Amino acid sequence: MGLIYPRESALAHPSNSFEGYRSTAKRHPKRPLVILPHTLSEVTGPVYGHEIVRPEDADLTLQHAGEPLGERIIVSGRVLDEDGRPVPNTLLEVWQANAAGRYVHVADQHPAPLDPNFTGAGRVVTDDEGRYRFVTIRPGAYPWRNHHNAWRPAHIHFSLFGPSYLSRLVTQMYFPGDPLFPFDPIFNSVTDERARNRMVSRFDLDTTQPEWALGFVFDIVLRGRNATPMEEPHDD
Amino acid sequence: MTDGITPSQTVGPYFAYCLTPKDYDTREIFSADLTTPAIGGDRIRVVGQVLDGDGVGIGDAMIEIWQADPEGRYAHPADDRARGNSGFAGFGRAPTTPDGMYAFTTVKPGQVPGPNGKPQAPHIAVTVFARGMLKHLYTRIYFEDESANAADPILALVPDEEARRTLIARRLAGEAEPTYRFDIRLQGEGETVFFEA
Ligand SMILES: [Fe+2]
Repeated sequence: MGLIYPRESALAHPSNSFEGYRSTAKRHPKRPLVILPHTLSEVTGPVYGHEIVRPEDADLTLQHAGEPLGERIIVSGRVLDEDGRPVPNTLLEVWQANAAGRYVHVADQHPAPLDPNFTGAGRVVTDDEGRYRFVTIRPGAYPWRNHHNAWRPAHIHFSLFGPSYLSRLVTQMYFPGDPLFPFDPIFNSVTDERARNRMVSRFDLDTTQPEWALGFVFDIVLRGRNATPMEEPHDD
Repeated sequence: MTDGITPSQTVGPYFAYCLTPKDYDTREIFSADLTTPAIGGDRIRVVGQVLDGDGVGIGDAMIEIWQADPEGRYAHPADDRARGNSGFAGFGRAPTTPDGMYAFTTVKPGQVPGPNGKPQAPHIAVTVFARGMLKHLYTRIYFEDESANAADPILALVPDEEARRTLIARRLAGEAEPTYRFDIRLQGEGETVFFEA
């Protein structure tokens, strides 16, 4: 099962330098990147799956003595390669702010309350069909110092490995219809609208649990295509 | 077929309690020590500083490394050569300290196959993440005391001597354990060579 990694697929990513996001100014290379052939060092990569997670890692509302405050939500979806084939048994690490928009991280100085019942870190592994699911609290928006009156739209951070070093992805999942989208340089650093919208989850009534929690679906597509594509079936 | 890949977004400033949670109550699943009791080869340390365009250490970066074992084999299905029972996974993750320092304990990787059947010199694949980086950067660590560097096909892609030197870790003198220094300069004077992978 060999995968190939077309370079043009990576054009969906933002540029390393984006004027609206001030911190990029001193943190991007100015020399052109050197085109790296995909050797064995690149088409391999860390393989982590079911052995590394525990069941409680996938429910961020059960990690403390009491229940966290906020809207309980269920986030689920599939991890796919570019051909739409599932990426099974791959680790997702997620982290987020609490319902008030505050992170547990020591450097977060936003004067919103911490929740003693919420850390905001989770891990989950995809099943044989690439599916994952975790339970959490809907994160709040939070201010940052990028520009005057700057607020991040609500988001959950995701980190994935996928099948190789080339499929490694760190991204953010957003919520549909967020009024802060037009003002957020990190979201808009993805300049292609269709690509940008692939970071926005959708509300889903089927995964919403009655009397319990809203469901949001977020499918993630990682780099990688089949090296020997099968003949496309024709209906006509 | 899909519409395209999910784009990258910055890791941001607040990843530590999930990805590198040594100072938090989250269980740590990855570490900066790649060694296992059964691994052979030469045990080494790799240390360095991550610096921004002003030469200031970046205190909220994360470095990941991926490497072969001392025999040059990767713990991955795409490498179909038989492996020993060392349990060596070849993956490590380290946060930077407030002044931008990182450190790994690992073993020297062996030579691995390269393009057109030519071997590659021992190297470690590196990814750099930080606030202010909208996507991660790839670079490689080579070792100054490896004669195979001269014939390495990837180093050969960087003809400029000074630029190539940014990919080569220096052996530090006077350390109890063999230690290599590899600084990562994101921008400016002595900027590290980064790859489009
Ligand atoms: Fe965030």
